[in-house]
Amino acid sequence: MSTSIAGDADRLAIRARGLTRRFGELVAVDHVDLDVPARRVYGFLGPNGSGKSTTIRMLCGLLTPSDGQIEVLGLQIPAQADALRPHIGYMTQRFSLFEDLTVRENLEFLAAIQGVPKSRTKRRIDELVDQYHFADRQKQLAGTLSGGQKQRLALAGAVIHEPELLFLDEPTSAVDPESRRDFWEKLFELADLGTTLLVSTHLMDEAERCHRLAILDRGRLVADGTPGELTAALAGRTFLIDTADPRRAQRTLVDVPGVLGVAQVGTSLRVLAGDDKGMIQRMDEALAAAGQHAGVAPAAANLEDVFVAATRGGVTGAGDREREHAA
Amino acid sequence: MSWRRLWAIVLKELRQLRRDRVTLAMIIGIPIIQLVLFGYAINFTLRGLNAGIADQAGTAGSRALVMDMLSSGVIAPVAVANTPAALMEMIRRGQISVGVVIPPDFERRRIDGREVAQILVDGSDTAVQSAAAQLAQTPIDSARPSLRAPLASTPAPAPISVVSFYNPQRLSTVNIVPGLIGVILTMTMVLFTGIAVVRERERGNMELLIATPLTSTELMIGKVLPYIAIGLVQASVILALGIWLFHVPIRGSVLDVYLATCLLILASLALGLLISTRAQSQFQAMQMTFFVFLPSILLSGFMFPFAGMPKFAQWFAEILPLTHFLRLIRGVMLRGASLWELWGEVLALAVFTLVMMTAAILRFRKRLD
Ligand SMILES: Nc1ncnc2c1ncn2[C@@H]1O[C@H](COP(=O)(O)OP(=O)(O)OP(=O)(O)O)[C@@H](O)[C@H]1O
Ligand SMILES: [Mg+2]
Repeated sequence: MSTSIAGDADRLAIRARGLTRRFGELVAVDHVDLDVPARRVYGFLGPNGSGKSTTIRMLCGLLTPSDGQIEVLGLQIPAQADALRPHIGYMTQRFSLFEDLTVRENLEFLAAIQGVPKSRTKRRIDELVDQYHFADRQKQLAGTLSGGQKQRLALAGAVIHEPELLFLDEPTSAVDPESRRDFWEKLFELADLGTTLLVSTHLMDEAERCHRLAILDRGRLVADGTPGELTAALAGRTFLIDTADPRRAQRTLVDVPGVLGVAQVGTSLRVLAGDDKGMIQRMDEALAAAGQHAGVAPAAANLEDVFVAATRGGVTGAGDREREHAA
Repeated sequence: MSWRRLWAIVLKELRQLRRDRVTLAMIIGIPIIQLVLFGYAINFTLRGLNAGIADQAGTAGSRALVMDMLSSGVIAPVAVANTPAALMEMIRRGQISVGVVIPPDFERRRIDGREVAQILVDGSDTAVQSAAAQLAQTPIDSARPSLRAPLASTPAPAPISVVSFYNPQRLSTVNIVPGLIGVILTMTMVLFTGIAVVRERERGNMELLIATPLTSTELMIGKVLPYIAIGLVQASVILALGIWLFHVPIRGSVLDVYLATCLLILASLALGLLISTRAQSQFQAMQMTFFVFLPSILLSGFMFPFAGMPKFAQWFAEILPLTHFLRLIRGVMLRGASLWELWGEVLALAVFTLVMMTAAILRFRKRLD
């Protein structure tokens, strides 16, 4: 099944141009351009309502775009959606397996629906039950699983037919941090085996693990690239401020020209500034003028900074410069 | 169309159904309860109505007439009076609901061919009133208006007429049972399928299903198949109870009864599927079901005689599967007709099924929008 595209690492699994979806007045997805390389974990980062699910639904042919072109695995979507379906796995944001079937019954159902060869079905299900730690829960009703267990089952179901392309919509929202590591290991294993994964999340630490990612905000693509590229673009613009009274310092700093965002992290403050020179000096002066004693030091940028920068005016398309760097 | 996928859907439906105790109970419970309610409710009004008798003639002929009436089982004597006025008083007090008056000149009236007896009916009693509604179906029109009056005296026809006066009522239990198969199947089949698809949409399963290679046809047919079996079980329960409790005859072939039932099941399931492609929630599906169910009950000829309805209602009724099924099943069970002789109704049901199923499959899109 996965012979057609797998060999070629540089190929794009998904290519979308001007992808737009309107719900009445609301523009849920607004002219999004996407290039998702094959055999990679591609992240979709964005806050609630930013259009992640809507984009994923359009990419797998469940929603008709209002505008724009989509090519997935070389097929035109939505026109050729039927031809695409055997090659994709889709894990919905909301649990969509059957709550009144047991773990094993759900997997059996999906194996049949997805056309796993009969001779392989039993072996494949045993394999998944083992890999996804359901050995002692095979007869449990899916509805009685915990939130994290449900998501694990949903992932097992989505990969049952070993699809070339996996869409995972917030797959770890109910998974605890410990199991999340395990979950991501599975995702990378799949990528190593040649699967392309598109994973949506609103967690920065998850986004950081992706090979590449796109940041969505209110339906627009505000940045994309590798996590390294995205944070590198903010070099020299993030600062850590040590102060006895962070809350007062925060009120002072937000009014300093050039400051895009101030966030409290424990007892210190993280500041993201614009592309201006002499920010340290300017902040020092402002704090001194307000009679506060604080130490301002440069800090390494993280994805949260990227997100703030991207949504409050700043960098975009860092990835356009050196796409090949992704590999 | 893949048989494996189709079977996967059927198996899934059966497994889900097995765990759904309430629905399972309803599948068997609804037919039993409805049959007993309809069957006995009608039976009670027919049998053992408290009656008072005023035989003012006291001749051998008048006594024979009273015995004839009593032997029908419709009335049971609880009081004897001398005058009609005494009977009316008893009716007013609620002691009796039917009064039989035979005037002193009974023998002469019989010779003259005039009415020989009066039947007084307590029209305020709903049980008696429903009996009156049944009576209204009989060709003896002169008896009707006065039966409906709260407290009225009715000139009864000659003794033989009295007997035939009550006869059709007993027949109606026999009529009800085949009709009830249709009514119950219409309700449960349309409702079950209507809800079955909508439920998956509400629970979010549909988003998963439409992202798989599963086709609309496989999904629709796979959902319908288990319910055919369920419908046949329900029909069997009604038939068995009808034969056992009410001695309903099957004059035609049992195979024809089941074939006719299958036709109605398919028609109802197809309609249910169409509803499910329209409804956004289970509640809406339920409302739409009743939108179809009510006219089915009222216009199909189950409750009111088809011939007595206005033309436009008749035209409308021709669209309803239940109308055709009633003609089929009554024909087969009560008149011993064969399906072949009633081919027009068979054709109507088949066409209805085909149109509804096609519409449902076409309307069901593998899209969320
Ligand atoms: N069927 C619909 N009808 C109307 N509006 C919709 C519909 N689906 C989504 N929207 C709107 O489109 C916007 C984007 O929704 P979407 O579900 O794609 O967000 P999301 O990024 O997945 O958010 P979350 O992180 O909460 O899952 C939201 O404002 C939402 O209200
Ligand atoms: Mg979402």
